[in-house]
Formats: sequence, structure tokens, C-alpha cells
Amino acid sequence: MGKTLFEKVWSAHVVKELDGGMDVLYIDRHLIHEVTSPQAFSELEKRGLSLFRKEKMVATPDHNIPTKNQHLPIKEALSRHQVDTLLANCAKHKVELYGLGHPFQGIVHVIGPELGITLPGRTMVCGDSHTSTHGAFGAIAFGIGTSQVAQVMASQCLLQSRPKTMRITVNGGLKPGVLAKDIILYIIAQLTAAGGTGYFIEYAGSTIESLSMEARMTICNMSIEMGARGGMIAPDQSTFDYIEGREFAPKGEAFDKAVAYWKTLHSDQEAIFDKEYTFDADDIEPMITYGTNPGMGIKITKEVPLSLGKGSQESFNKSLAYMGFKPGESLLGKPINHVFIGSCTNSRIEDLRIVADYVKGKRKAANVTAMIVPGSKQVEQQAISEGLDQILSAAGFELREPGCSACLGMNEDKVPAGEYCVSTSNRNFEGRQGPGARTLLASPLVAAVTAIEGKIVDITKHLN
Amino acid sequence: MDKFQKVISTGVPLPNEDIDTDQIIPARFLKATSREGFGDNLFRDWRYHQDNSPKADFVLNNETYKGEILVAGRNFGCGSSREHAAWSLHDYGFRVVVSSFFADIFKGNALNNGLLPVQVTDDFLSGLTSAIVADPKTEITVDLVNQKISYLGLSETFEVNAYKKECLIHGYDDIDFLINLKSEIEAYETSSIVV
Repeated sequence: MGKTLFEKVWSAHVVKELDGGMDVLYIDRHLIHEVTSPQAFSELEKRGLSLFRKEKMVATPDHNIPTKNQHLPIKEALSRHQVDTLLANCAKHKVELYGLGHPFQGIVHVIGPELGITLPGRTMVCGDSHTSTHGAFGAIAFGIGTSQVAQVMASQCLLQSRPKTMRITVNGGLKPGVLAKDIILYIIAQLTAAGGTGYFIEYAGSTIESLSMEARMTICNMSIEMGARGGMIAPDQSTFDYIEGREFAPKGEAFDKAVAYWKTLHSDQEAIFDKEYTFDADDIEPMITYGTNPGMGIKITKEVPLSLGKGSQESFNKSLAYMGFKPGESLLGKPINHVFIGSCTNSRIEDLRIVADYVKGKRKAANVTAMIVPGSKQVEQQAISEGLDQILSAAGFELREPGCSACLGMNEDKVPAGEYCVSTSNRNFEGRQGPGARTLLASPLVAAVTAIEGKIVDITKHLN
Repeated sequence: MDKFQKVISTGVPLPNEDIDTDQIIPARFLKATSREGFGDNLFRDWRYHQDNSPKADFVLNNETYKGEILVAGRNFGCGSSREHAAWSLHDYGFRVVVSSFFADIFKGNALNNGLLPVQVTDDFLSGLTSAIVADPKTEITVDLVNQKISYLGLSETFEVNAYKKECLIHGYDDIDFLINLKSEIEAYETSSIVV
């Protein structure tokens, strides 16, 4: 019987199978950040343990850092203490660290791929649910809790039950104005916010194969928003081309040897998945969310539904009440005062280029505060070298320094209570972008058009 | 980790579906570097107004409902991987969360912290929720050894991974187990074909 991509990579990492369906899974790379690692370091110290494989770890602060004046000491005492704790722990345990101001600093899920740390066939974890992003390279990558961060630190392994497999196939060419973000918001709207729970997803089909690596990362990034353990895409020539020459990627003969192995990492023809879905790219249009979980998404031109299928009507009503929307109404014409472009979902150079390309020569609407936060120092530098900073600034967008920023509102970048924000991030939960903030998830293109128009519009009528 | 065998308690009903970890503990309260004290900010924005005064209509501010068992709606714990969600529930005093469906990462985090996620059928959950609302003194028994939850003569069995069950009953955790596999892990590293 054939094997799925997931099964091939998983099997290659099983140190030991236990009775009762748990595997001891070896972890090739462990990314850490300031928020979910301090208690893990303390746990290790409490037990008198040292890091088992410190050379397989990389650290960077991203969640709880300011995106302005990063060269100055962090003003907020608790945030400063948390970042300082990461620095102190990394110095003490000799973990590779890209601190504020370092040319490699950025959101963990942006820097892993751009530095060539993320490679096909690897297992990768991080104390952050959007670790699924790295699956775009054919890696098994998933988010873990802090106790598990400590386990990986102590043993480079995790005890894991093997998830079921799901394949989501998307075929055909994309309509104008439709981006990777629309594909994944469309899929989540079809499967619901819990539709992937217990599964590891493989995305396949001609639409997925035609996407750039950065677009594939956007897709895999949001796998967790369906509850899936992770998402992955079989590596191909686009993957190998992206990796070649990156800082920590294998070089020369080692690279050729690696590619030969990576080419074996695909689902066999006769492989069987526990669940399969197939979608047609032609059915996908620019999307936006109207509710308080990422499964509550609609085509931007359609109306808010009257209910959410089999979900409870009470929870649905509560969600709409929070958002200030009515069942059956259209969102077109709704004024929007905040636009946030950033997060591990959409803060890479292609995202910035899409925004800059659209807003070039235009000016944001007077009512809009538009913030754009690059995913890493490298993305920021690339944007500057291409002159995107000038275009964005002329259009009235504020270009910040790298970090997670208003995606989760842990630093001072927050959306005020009651205000709407069209955001390229991944979660529209109540209060996610600040207490009382109302988030509408969308693509960078939808966000750019919204910023210019100051309201929600049918973006297909506004394309350049 | 605390040992867990059986909890007999009244329950706190919170029947909302898709309760995400940002509701359980908002990101702005994740700045601490220790595990303690997160219970104060459990369900912060549902529990308190922005001026920090309690919201009278939220169940944790209702003296009628008390206990170590939270009875929640479907898809509990979705969203972020923050273990702080499990810490805050445990720190507040909950030992069990009952739901008809749990998000994966939350379930793992709960089990690693002596907080038992008990997954029951939708029917059992709605019956249990109604029973608590009808009589807040309804006693619920969660018996991990026999994997059984019961109230008012009604009961249902629940699944729990055999290894995690042993860990909970004896108060062990995965680190204890993994560090004893050192030689097998080293042998794996020598033979791995992964780049």
C-alpha cells in the first residue's frame, strides 16, 4: 500500500512506538520565542536538566516587542522583562538567538523559511500554533505547549499520538484578485473552525502547485484555524529553488543529495487518506470574515448567513452581536477605520509588494489608520531596497519594524474597542486585536483596497 | 504534577461553542515568566469590564455556580497553543473541563497539567448543562480510573489515552519518561536519513 507524504515524514522520525498508540517522535528543529519559553527553561533548571541538543534550537523575540524604535530599551516593564529573560536564557544555555536589531530577527515563522532552517522532510515545533506554516516545505511542523517545549529541550523528542490524514485538493486557475489567503479562508469556511481537528492536512492539486512558496506558507499557516494539527505541501522545484542558497540550507553536493531525498517526499498514487475534500479554484472569490472565528468567512460580495449550519444559533447570534452585524446583511459599504497588514500569515515580501503595487500613486482614505508590519528584518530591508517604503509612506501607510504586532495585541499595537479592522492576520476572535476590537480577516489585496476606499468594497471592481 | 483519580464536585456551566484560548486568557496577560497566578485573568474580558469591575452576568461572577468542573460548549480551547489557558483554568481551581469536542493542542496541554478534558456526547453535554442550570447543587462525579462521568444517576464513559491516564493517576509527566530514553534517542540520531 502506498504512503502519504505525512506518513513518510512521520515514520522517518519515530524513535520508538509505545503501546496505546503513542510514538516517541524526534524533532529536527525547535524554534522558541519570549512568551512560551521562560517557564520551560525554569522547568529544566528545577529538575537539574540541561538542553539535550541546543544546536537544534533557534530563538527570536517576536510576540511581545514594540514595532517602533526597536533600537531603544523596551518601555513596558513586563515586556522588557520577558524579552530580557529570553536573552538571559539563551546566553546561559548557549542557544542561537536573533535579538532585536539583529539582521535575522523576525516572526519565528517568517525567519525559519527565509534562513533555510525550514527544510522538506524535517520535523519542526515551536510554542506557537502557527508553526504549521513550515509545512509549506513538506515538513511536519506543529505548535506545542510550554510543557512540550521543555520536553523537546530535555530530549529533542515528543510523545505524540499519530493524527489522521486529510487531503484537500484544489484544482484550476485562480480568478483575478484571488490570493492564497482567499483560498484558505474559503476552505476554512467550508470545513468550519473544527473541521480539521484530529487530522494532519496535505494540500494538493494544480492550484496549490502553481503557488509561490510564500503563498503556500499562507495556506499552511491557517491549518490550525480548522483545528488541524498541521498542514503540508509536497516539495517540488519551487521549493528547491526557494531553499537553494539560503543561510543555513545545505550547500553544493549536500544540497544535491538533499534534493534527491526531498524528491521522494510526496504521497504515493495509491496512498489512502482518512478524509478527502476537493475544491474548484473557479468557485473561490475574494473572501472576508464577518464573525468571531476564522470559519465565519464569506465571499466579500455575499451576505452574512442566517445561521452557521449545525452550530448553535445562540453562539452564532452572540458572535454577530459582538461584531455589530445582522444576519442576511451585506458588508459592502461598511466603513472601516483600521487596516492591519502583517502577521505570520501575510507579512512577507510578496505581501508587501501586492500592497505597494495597489496603493502606488493612491492615498488612503482619511478615516483609515493603515499599519504595515514586515515579518522580519530581512523583509523590511528588502522592502526598503525595492523602494516599497516610499510608496507605502506616500499612500499614508505606516511601515513599522518586524514583530507579531496587532495580530494578537500583546504589545501596544491594538485596535480600539468597537472599531473594525480589516486584517491580514489569522484570527478574528473576540478581543484578539485589543479588548472590544472587531476583526475582519482578509487578503493583503483586500486590505489594501479597503485602506484606499475606507470601506468594504467589491475589490474585483477596483483592480489596477 | 498533581495526582488525579476522582473528582466529585458541582459544575459551572459555560455553554458557548468554540471558546478559544484568547477568551480563556487574552494575550496581553501572557507577559509573566512563571506559571503561577494566571487564574486571576481567566476569561478576563468576559469576566470584567475594562474598568476592572466584574460583569454581573458572567457565570464566574455568579455566586450560584461553584465547583471544580467547568461544563463548556463544543470545540473548547481552539486557537492558540498557549499553555497559559490550561494554567489559568487550573490556577482558578478547575480540575475538569467537560465538552463534546476539544481542540487538539488544548487537550494535550490540559493533560500535561493535571486538568482533565472529559469529552462526552452532545446529548450528554446538553443534559448535564440543563441539570446544572436547573439545580446548581447537582453533584457530578468524574472517575478517571473507570473513565466514567456521572450525575443524577446518568453516566457516560469517556476516552483517555492509556499512557496519559497512567501519568495523571500517578502524577508523572512526559519529561520523566523521555529522559530515560536517552540511549534510544542517540541511536535514532545516528541512523536518521533526514537532512
